[in-house]
Amino acid sequence: MICVKDLSVCIGDFAFKGVQLQVPEGGYGVLMGKTGSGKTTLLESIAGLKPIRQGRIELGGRTVTHMRPAERGIGYVPQDGALFATMTVYQNLAFALVVRRTRRQNVERRIDEIAGLLRISDLLQRKPAGLSGGERQRVALGRALSFEPAVLLLDEPLSALDDDTRYQMYDVIRRVREHTRVTTLHVTHNRHEASEMADVLFQMTDGGVSEVRGGPEAISNRIENLGG
Amino acid sequence: MIPATPIDESSASRVPQSPGQKAHRVGSDLPFYAGLIVLGGAYLFLLLAMLIADLFYTSPGHLLAALGKPAIQYSIGLSLISCSITALLSLWVAVPIGYLLARHRFRGHSLVDAILDIPIVLPPLVVGLSLLILFQFWPFRLAADWVVYQIPAVILAQFMVACAFATRTLRTTFDQIDPRCEQVALTLGCSRAQAFASVVLPEARRGIITAATLAWARSLGEFGPLLIFAGATRMKTEVLSTTVFLELSVGDLEAAVAVSMIMIVAAVVVLMIARIWGSRDLTL
Repeated sequence: MICVKDLSVCIGDFAFKGVQLQVPEGGYGVLMGKTGSGKTTLLESIAGLKPIRQGRIELGGRTVTHMRPAERGIGYVPQDGALFATMTVYQNLAFALVVRRTRRQNVERRIDEIAGLLRISDLLQRKPAGLSGGERQRVALGRALSFEPAVLLLDEPLSALDDDTRYQMYDVIRRVREHTRVTTLHVTHNRHEASEMADVLFQMTDGGVSEVRGGPEAISNRIENLGG
Repeated sequence: MIPATPIDESSASRVPQSPGQKAHRVGSDLPFYAGLIVLGGAYLFLLLAMLIADLFYTSPGHLLAALGKPAIQYSIGLSLISCSITALLSLWVAVPIGYLLARHRFRGHSLVDAILDIPIVLPPLVVGLSLLILFQFWPFRLAADWVVYQIPAVILAQFMVACAFATRTLRTTFDQIDPRCEQVALTLGCSRAQAFASVVLPEARRGIITAATLAWARSLGEFGPLLIFAGATRMKTEVLSTTVFLELSVGDLEAAVAVSMIMIVAAVVVLMIARIWGSRDLTL
């Protein structure tokens, strides 16, 4: 579960306060909002990458408000993937496991599993520089999922992809959901992406977040009525 | 009945046109590029002519004679050792400073940034004089006998200037590395130190090589601070730049030029290392 209670953040001239947000265990939350509305800042606050002024953050039943990013147990995929350029795809996928001093056989087994799930087994020895946009995002997703985090945070992961690749990524993300049941919060400004993915829809406006209630139909209606 | 007037294309072309529609002739770009090439080429010519003149002034005989002198052999050895130690020391200091300045905004950030440029803009003689004066004060005074006019003075004088250039290079290097990768490493379970060592440093590799070669090259050419702070004592604090000065002062121009040629070759090698293995985006 992702639970954000009364969260306030103030960074330079930008601020939001009193933000409430809850994605149920195993659910897929989509956070929408205009550019500059603070979606990425909220996601980074949940990840522990931005300082918060007040409020409470719970992930997978643990209060993580003042924990360091490393201790929160989150898989984070930024917009451009941010793959480690000097490492191979295998080393990118193994990174979190190596940091946790996981035994080599277990690292290999886990990477086989992840690479199979994301269909990147033939990319393992390549460097990120030669990968396509879709391949990069699949590797970034695999790297985030490698250590079986309780929560997955996706920051506009498909925004730089062409339409065909984006539709393929919908299938990849659905497959990941079925396989891992990881609780996910996905930031996007793409209506189609939101309607394809969302169990729970949140809209960020003027420094606050509102949840769209009423099931899939209400979510679809709200997405239809959103601008952008 | 009025006969139909055929359309006269020449008259149509005389219809008054707005200024935007008027035929607009643009002058040739040739004078512009000719100016650039002449101005740039004059400097390039002067630079190459200077080096070629050195080459023609000396001979293999002069070079071998110079290399045979024990004082010059000592000077080459001390230069290689002191420049290498200075380059390593500069990296030890420049990497943390460059990283802190690139990644963190703190109170006094701009002031620290400006202070770090002082050795770059300060006259070299003033750097040497300031070091000499610093070692008159406690606690530096306690180490003055082992430092001033001794080999450590050579390294310290080279370090004070070379480190400023290495810091500037590494600050730019870390500025150019996307902090997002580091943030991802933090979420994947790294401490700040682990993220720095495993993600940032490998990405900064080319910048580090450039900073090291730049620090080495600056140290090799350093003269002013050395003369004041380390002196120019033969077989003691003599490095290649002081050798050129000492040979000139005794009127041995051939030896001075031969030693200069050694320095030119060293500079070219360093330049090639920086161009091949260093960052192409950074200045050297």
